[in-house]
Amino acid sequence: MREGTPVFKSRTTAWLLLLPTLVILLIFLYYPAIQSFVLSLYRSNLILGTRRYIGLGNFRLLFTGLLAPMYRQVVVQSLVFSAAVVFFGIAISLAFSMLANQKVTGSRVYRLLLIWPFAMSPAIAGTIFSFLFNPEAGEINHVLSNVFGIAPRWLDNPILAFGLVVCAAIWKELGYNIVFYLAALQNIPGELTEAAAIDGANAWQRFRSITLPLLSPITFFLVFTNLAYAFFEVFGLIDILTKGGPVGPAALHLDNAGLTTTMIYRLYEDGFGGAGNLGFAGAQGVILLFIVGVITLLQFRYGNRNVHYGGG
Amino acid sequence: MAAPTIATAPAGRRVNRRRMRWLVHVGLILACLLVTGPILFTLVKATQTTVQVMSPSVIPGAELWHNIKGAWAGSDFGIYTRNSLIIALAVTFGKTLFSLMAGMALVYFRIPFKPIVFGFILLTLMMPTQVLIVGLFDLVSKHPPPTWAALFSWIGHPLAPTPYGFNWSDSYWAIIVPFLASATGVFLFHQHFMSIPLSLADAAKIDGAGPVRFLMSILVPMSTNTIGALAVIQFVYVWNQYLWPLVIIRRVNRQVVQVGLNTLIGTGVQDIQWGVVMAGAILALIPPLIVFMLLQEQFMRGFALSAEK
Repeated sequence: MREGTPVFKSRTTAWLLLLPTLVILLIFLYYPAIQSFVLSLYRSNLILGTRRYIGLGNFRLLFTGLLAPMYRQVVVQSLVFSAAVVFFGIAISLAFSMLANQKVTGSRVYRLLLIWPFAMSPAIAGTIFSFLFNPEAGEINHVLSNVFGIAPRWLDNPILAFGLVVCAAIWKELGYNIVFYLAALQNIPGELTEAAAIDGANAWQRFRSITLPLLSPITFFLVFTNLAYAFFEVFGLIDILTKGGPVGPAALHLDNAGLTTTMIYRLYEDGFGGAGNLGFAGAQGVILLFIVGVITLLQFRYGNRNVHYGGG
Repeated sequence: MAAPTIATAPAGRRVNRRRMRWLVHVGLILACLLVTGPILFTLVKATQTTVQVMSPSVIPGAELWHNIKGAWAGSDFGIYTRNSLIIALAVTFGKTLFSLMAGMALVYFRIPFKPIVFGFILLTLMMPTQVLIVGLFDLVSKHPPPTWAALFSWIGHPLAPTPYGFNWSDSYWAIIVPFLASATGVFLFHQHFMSIPLSLADAAKIDGAGPVRFLMSILVPMSTNTIGALAVIQFVYVWNQYLWPLVIIRRVNRQVVQVGLNTLIGTGVQDIQWGVVMAGAILALIPPLIVFMLLQEQFMRGFALSAEK
C-alpha cells in the first residue's frame, strides 16, 4: 500500500464509502461460509426444516461410511475432469492464439471469431452439445452414420459422456483463454523473436525459449481461473447435458456414482435434489472450501498476487 | 559455413514465408471453424422447420421468427430474458459503484487497520458462491425474525444454524443483493488508483473539491477502462449464472434465462422442439455478446493486460 499522507481526512466518509462492500461481504459471504461449517455438523432437511446435531456424522458418512466409495469416485472424477479441462483447454487456446497473433490479412476477423465465446455460458454450451450429439437427431450422428455406418449413444455410454462433457467444457472456455493470451502476446516486443530468428533459432526454439517463458504469468493466471471454472462454473453444462450420469462401468469399479458427477454437482444433488439433505451437502461444501483454500494458498505462494477469479 | 546460407537466404526465405502464410491461414480457418462452427450450426437450425431440424440439412430455412416466437412467448423466454436483464444490469451497476467507492476509500483515505480491511475483502476470493449455496439458501429463504428480541438473539448466536432470513426466495433481491460486493472489483480499482499520481488528488483538494466531486469529476473519467472491464466481467458473469437461481427461484416469472434453457429442453415427456431450443440458445447469447463486443477494447486495456503484471 502506498505510503504518505492520505488526501482526505474525514473518517466518516471513508467508512461510508467502505460500508456497502463490507456489509454485503460479511452477511452474504462470510456468514454463509460459517453456516456451511455449522450445518455440516447437523442432520438438516431442506423440505421438513428439521435439524439435529450429529457432530462429524456427515463427514464420517463421506469418508468411511456407506457413501465413502461414492464420494471417493466423485472426488477422483472431479480431479481428472478438471485436469483434462485445464490442460487441454489451455494448450489448445495457446496454439490458436499463436496462430491468430501472426500478421496475416484478415487477422482481425479471425481474432473476433476466436474470442466471442467469452460471452457464452456453460448452459448454452450444454444445450448446443446436447443437440449436436443427440443420438437420433444430432448432426454428428447423421454424419457418422452416413460415412461410417455408426451411431454412438453419446449420453448413455459413460466413457463417451465423460469425454463429451470434457470437450464441451473446453470448447466453452476457449474464448476466455484466447482473449487473455492474445492480449499478452501483443505485449511481447517483436524485436525479441526477430533477434532470435536472425541468430538462427527456428520457430519452435523461438516459441520454447522466448514466447512461452514470457507468457508464463498469464498461463499461471489461466490455470487457476480455469480450475475454478472446471470445479464450479461447469455445473450448468453438466446439468443440461448429462445430469451427472450415466453410472460408470463396474469393471473399472466406477459404478458408485454417475461418471460425469463432479463434486459441486453431487453437493447440489444431495442438498437440493430429491433428498434435501442440507447438512450432508454442507459437509461437502466445507471440503470444497478447503480445496479452494489450498489452491488459493498455492497460487499466492508460487505466483504474483495479481490473480483473481472472474466473477467473485 | 555461414556465407552460402546468407547468399541463398532471400529467395528461399520468400518462398518459405509464402508457404508459412498459407499454413497460418489454413490453421486459422480450422480454428475458427472449431470455435464458431457449433454456433453457426445453432443459428442455421434455429431457422428451420420442425421436420428440417431433425434432418441432416444445414441449409437455412425461413422459420427463424416462428422459432423465436415459440421460445419467447410459447416457453416464457420473454419473461426469463426480462428477469436476466434486470438482474444483470442491477448487479453490474451496483457492484461497479460499490467497488469504486471502496477502492477510493482504501487509496485516498486514512483508515485504521487498512491491511486488515483490505485482507477481509480479498479473502472472499476464496469463497465461490457455488460452494456457499448451502449456507446462503437458509439465510435468503427463511422468514425474518418476528421481533427485535429475536433479531438480537440471532445476531448473538452466529454459530447456531440460521433461525431466520430475508424471505427473498422467488424475488429479484435473492439474485441481486448477495452479489453487489466484489473483491475483484475493489482490487482492480485499488490497483488502478495506485497508478494515478497522488499530486492530482492534492491539486483537486487545493481547488476545493470534496471527496464526491473528486470521485465524479476526476476518478471516474480517469477510470473508464477499468469500469468498462469490470462491467463486462460482471455482466457476463451474472447473466450466465445458473446454480444459484436454479436453487433459490422456484417461480417461472422470476426465473433467469440460463435456467430457462433447461425448461425449454423440457422434461423429456414430449418431443423436444429443437428448432425452438436453438432459437432460445441464440437469444440467451445475444445480450452478453453485445456487451462484450461494445466494451472489448476497454476490457483488453483495463483487465486482460493488468492480469499478467
